[in-house]
Amino acid sequence: MEETLTSPQEMDTRPVGRIALLREFWSYFSENKGAVAGLYFFVAIVFVAVFADFVAPHAPNQQFRDALLQPPFWASGGSTQFLLGTDAVGRDMLSRLIYGARFSLFIGCVVVSISLVVGVVLGLAAGYFRGKVDTFIMRIMDVVLAFPSLLLALVLVAILGPSLINAMIAIAIVQQPHYVRLTRAAVMNEMTKDYVTAARIIGVSRFRLMFITVLPNCMAPLIVQAALSFSTAILDAAALGFLGMGAQPPTPEWGTMLAEAREFILRAWWVVTFPGVAILTTVLAINVMGDGLRDALDPKLKRS
Amino acid sequence: MLAYLLRKLGVIVPTFFGVTLVAFVFIRLLPGDPVLLMAGERGMTEERHAQLMAEFGFDKPILVQYGVYIKDLFSGDFGTSIITKQPVLVEFFTLFPATIELSFVAICIAVIVGLPAGMIAATKRRSVFDHVVMTGALTGYSMPIFWWGLLLIIFFSGILGWTPVSGRISLLYFFEPVTGFMLIDSFLSGQPGAFKSALSHLILPSIVLATIPLAVIARQTRSAMLEVLSEDYVRTARAKGLGRGRVIGMHALRNAMIPVITVIGLQIGILFAGAILTETIFSWPGIGKWMVDSISRRDYPSVQGGLLLIAAMVMIVNLVVDLLYGLINPQIRHRD
Repeated sequence: MEETLTSPQEMDTRPVGRIALLREFWSYFSENKGAVAGLYFFVAIVFVAVFADFVAPHAPNQQFRDALLQPPFWASGGSTQFLLGTDAVGRDMLSRLIYGARFSLFIGCVVVSISLVVGVVLGLAAGYFRGKVDTFIMRIMDVVLAFPSLLLALVLVAILGPSLINAMIAIAIVQQPHYVRLTRAAVMNEMTKDYVTAARIIGVSRFRLMFITVLPNCMAPLIVQAALSFSTAILDAAALGFLGMGAQPPTPEWGTMLAEAREFILRAWWVVTFPGVAILTTVLAINVMGDGLRDALDPKLKRS
Repeated sequence: MLAYLLRKLGVIVPTFFGVTLVAFVFIRLLPGDPVLLMAGERGMTEERHAQLMAEFGFDKPILVQYGVYIKDLFSGDFGTSIITKQPVLVEFFTLFPATIELSFVAICIAVIVGLPAGMIAATKRRSVFDHVVMTGALTGYSMPIFWWGLLLIIFFSGILGWTPVSGRISLLYFFEPVTGFMLIDSFLSGQPGAFKSALSHLILPSIVLATIPLAVIARQTRSAMLEVLSEDYVRTARAKGLGRGRVIGMHALRNAMIPVITVIGLQIGILFAGAILTETIFSWPGIGKWMVDSISRRDYPSVQGGLLLIAAMVMIVNLVVDLLYGLINPQIRHRD
């Protein structure tokens, strides 16, 4: 027995252990130059959001009454005191955008955490128990999916009352079914495998079997979904903010800023342009990163 | 095929009842007195309140209320708007053509531009064109379309002055709606310039609404095409001496279309979410704007009815897409 294990021909030479796996993941991930660029950009946004108090030149809600709707510094009439100009009540655009990054990242984190945790538990239950539990859970998910997501989120906010927290809850509920479906499909696939049967035979408890034996093997598609729904959450929250059903003024949330800027679109292009650029670049960076994650984690889905 | 249809219906019918349950519960979950919410009257007396309570049936047990609600739905009563006092069903179908027109033109733009772009990108893989298309598609996919619409308004309406900012047609023209589709009605009216006016109102909103489906279709076409192009039968066809264009056009395209059609079908629900934002930006008098306005005016009967009707529409469209898909691809009908 010992001889066969130590004989070099029989050894599995693939790397094991966390560090080695991470290294392998990184070697796949870094093949995709765009994904790496997206990651750097995302890290930069996180940095700016965390250290907003030090990075932002002004406080987000401080009003400079003598500098209303001042254009960015390179346009005529602009000054370097307000690099990206000011809005209609004289607040510094750049500072508001920097503080806005906090809200967007916060929204992404909260929505993904809620929908991931609840979705995984429901999906795991549906895929593990099958039968009535499965039918019951999946029918509810079908009902949620029957509504266009933004419409359902709007209606939920109408019930809960417009605020950032309620918008996040609504978006999490709307995104739920995707996690449930993914987890369920992955769990059903794993349940047929030998290692699950083996674990059952040695008498592993149900809870341990579900969460410790099976679940880790279903994580790859869930991580990719989490990355993609992080960006969807930011977009949807901005859309709700834009419709007046998300974060309320004077919160420097990007969508809410756009809503406030709407009436100035033909007079002051910068108040409309910059919040949108912030949303677009952040979402784009996360999506590019998500593509890279998918390629690295799931070679089967790899785009050729 | 019949078994397939029945299986699909077996899922859709319970889902529909689930949807009615959501619409039913919606009014009762709203903060505040449901009678006041439904009646929209101010300074109501006790008697009036009791009378309305009985009229709306809020005094009955909840299950009976739901039964009455379902019965009303099947007799075509989807509630009455507080603001306009019109039946919700009438309101909905008056505004529906505007949304259909916008969505139809948008999906046409998305397919007409997205399909060839994805195909060419796949056949010229790693070329400059491929990189441009894929970068563009990823950007389009990440686009906050409410902002994209505002940018287009600034550029085309503000700076260039080419297109109008809002509405469906210039106020100079008036004619009775025949089909409800402005492009057709304006053409039929025979008034000079009416069709051009309708078209110029439609162009920006439809581009905005087309953006995300276009990006998804281009990406999906490219990856489906790449997969098919590496298949053995494509190589065989090439080895037999068939021209490259013929192989791509006849053999590869047909098989690449199947996943692409699914994606186009899936865009319908997403398209509606986009319509909410697009219609709001361009003051396009369709269902999406109506829903947003109803929510902000607290016209809850309209919200309730609209919610149900929209979900029903999306479900019907998805069913039709599923059936078409089963017709094209027998593998789907016979799966599980």
